Amino acid sequence: MSILIDKNTKVIVQGLTGNTGSFHTNQALEYYGTQMVAGTHPKKAGTNWTADSGKELPIYANASEAKEATGANASVVYVPPAGAAAAIEEAIDAEIPLIICITEGVPVLDMVRVKAKLDKSNSRLIGPNCPGVLTPEQCKIGIMPGKIFKKGSVGVVSRSGTLTYEAVYQTTVEGLGQTTAVGIGGDPVKGTEFIDMLEMFLADDETEQIIMIGEIGGTAEEAAAQFIKDEAKKGRSKPMVGFIAGRTAPKGRTMGHAGAIVSGGEGDAESKIAAMEEAGIRVSPSPARLGTTMVEVLKG
Amino acid sequence: MNIHEYQAKAVLKSFGAPVADGVPVLSADDIEAAVNALPGPLWVVKSQIHAGGRGKGKFIEAAAGEKGGVRLGFSKDEAIAHAKAMLGNHLVTAQTSAEGKQVNRLYIEDGADIDRELYLSMVVDRASGAPAFVASTEGGMDIEEVAHSTPEKILNLAVDPTTGVTNADAAKLCDALKLDGKAREDGMKLFPILYKAFTEKDMSMLEINPLIVMDSGDLRVLDAKVSFDGNALFRHPDIVELRDTTEEDEKEIEASEWDLAYIALDGTIGCMVNGAGLAMATMDIIKLYGEEPANFCDVGGGANAEKVAAAFKIIMKDPNVKGILVNIFGGIMKCDVIAEGVIQAVKETNLAVPLVVRLEGTNVEKGKEIISNSGLNVIPADDLDDAAQKIVNAVKGA
Repeated sequence: MSILIDKNTKVIVQGLTGNTGSFHTNQALEYYGTQMVAGTHPKKAGTNWTADSGKELPIYANASEAKEATGANASVVYVPPAGAAAAIEEAIDAEIPLIICITEGVPVLDMVRVKAKLDKSNSRLIGPNCPGVLTPEQCKIGIMPGKIFKKGSVGVVSRSGTLTYEAVYQTTVEGLGQTTAVGIGGDPVKGTEFIDMLEMFLADDETEQIIMIGEIGGTAEEAAAQFIKDEAKKGRSKPMVGFIAGRTAPKGRTMGHAGAIVSGGEGDAESKIAAMEEAGIRVSPSPARLGTTMVEVLKG
Repeated sequence: MNIHEYQAKAVLKSFGAPVADGVPVLSADDIEAAVNALPGPLWVVKSQIHAGGRGKGKFIEAAAGEKGGVRLGFSKDEAIAHAKAMLGNHLVTAQTSAEGKQVNRLYIEDGADIDRELYLSMVVDRASGAPAFVASTEGGMDIEEVAHSTPEKILNLAVDPTTGVTNADAAKLCDALKLDGKAREDGMKLFPILYKAFTEKDMSMLEINPLIVMDSGDLRVLDAKVSFDGNALFRHPDIVELRDTTEEDEKEIEASEWDLAYIALDGTIGCMVNGAGLAMATMDIIKLYGEEPANFCDVGGGANAEKVAAAFKIIMKDPNVKGILVNIFGGIMKCDVIAEGVIQAVKETNLAVPLVVRLEGTNVEKGKEIISNSGLNVIPADDLDDAAQKIVNAVKGA
């Protein structure tokens, strides 16, 4: 098993005709034949988009029409920041179950509006400002480099895109491989937090270990640690390794990700690390030792 | 993006918030006219810098006198003397460096008779994903300290974005601030006004510390600190005009022109990384191996060779940089693009410090090939640990 996506996932692309959307749709098609089924563009409906391989994907006017025509159950959003929230809302209106927004730089108050709508819908949003989701040898949605993955046993969830790649690459090198990797994104207001993903990984039979990568800002890591602690009391637990980026970050400065800021007396790395360790998560001091730390945990 | 107090008050006033009359002063020639424009009997002369703790701050220059960065003038002459003493001098506060910040602007404001000082702020609350008020009767204090020692004196109130501030919300805030009579009437009007300003202008933080109840019973915004969501500035040209670049680090300004996330730090190892998380982790690992990062620099997802070269040059402008670590794990970013940018920049800047490059991810083979075929003195690294050790060793050996 895997979480969120597998070989049966059918994906439409909002923003397919742009440079980023085109490049990564080609990459996805080349990754074990991920089922990219259509694109959307309000003015290019009725035309086709041609992949590097020669494969043609139809363009529809909006997410509803694309879903209707193709039976898609996921959408990936590459639309630029000013229009990204509207694209997500369009996908919510189309009742697409899984929406993954890659776009970086979406205004926070746009996401406030999206989140209110999302809460009243049956859709799940991953992101924005995230690298997407990848289930090895089955389906790649987003911008993660497919080559570093290996089918295996570790579930990866991370607020940072490139640190997701580190965790994936290192567990591949150690021979463990991954079930699914999920980048939940670096913005302060986002569709999915750690807890939902941890719940899915705990419930997934094939996921035997979990790596969770957080960063400074907010209290989502503390909430996730409390969740892990509570589940362990119910007898549900899996070996976990964690990492928190931003130990050396100066207070009060936004470190690239809109959500990565220590402010208002919360969000510093040390309190997150302490909460995670108290929940039984082995926190690696170095981002280069996520894989080796997991191997150590497994040796006991 | 941060703005000055006087600009923040003008924005809030345009939405109908109660602020005192005041006049900004940008040059010594304007001081007398500013003081004369206000009725008295009390003039408040306030340093305008992008840092808090101004009242308790101290000027470096002896000519500025012993008093802090906010001074009271009980006559026109006294107000003018204060303004002349402060303008152009360097104010050190708990939030500035030891060199302080030069006070290039003053705000001269009509004084108020204060009965009570309150705290009120707005941020987007991450947990609820909604704009939220933070209110406390303990105004004029460091709110983090209040939150730590007397958390029961703070109300956090998230506003449902589909309804805005309801009467029930406003009443709860009035209760938390113990407002009654005229002040309560003002409060019921003020909270929706602030919410409107916050959401319409895409603020990321709005802090009024203190909000005061005057002897007359009226509420007034006595100090205001506002930051805007940098990602939303594209739809607020009026706000962009308020930017004061003299308050920012020169390298950070140049970085922002290239849409690079760059933050100057105190260490010796320059970093160029893609992705905010990896950029932070790269700083952390440099520290783990015993050195300090000179900067945070995230070149982002969509960089081209020119942008990478620009980032490289900005990093090189810091005279403390004794070595550079380029750490790229390409997903959206292609390694060959990074490699081309690095090579271009190394050639253009005649790089004289050690450079370690670690590439992984999309088009990694192409990227490594470009680096090794360049004939330049670049130290390649296989992984993050290797890269961090190599640059730390290179800097220590130098």
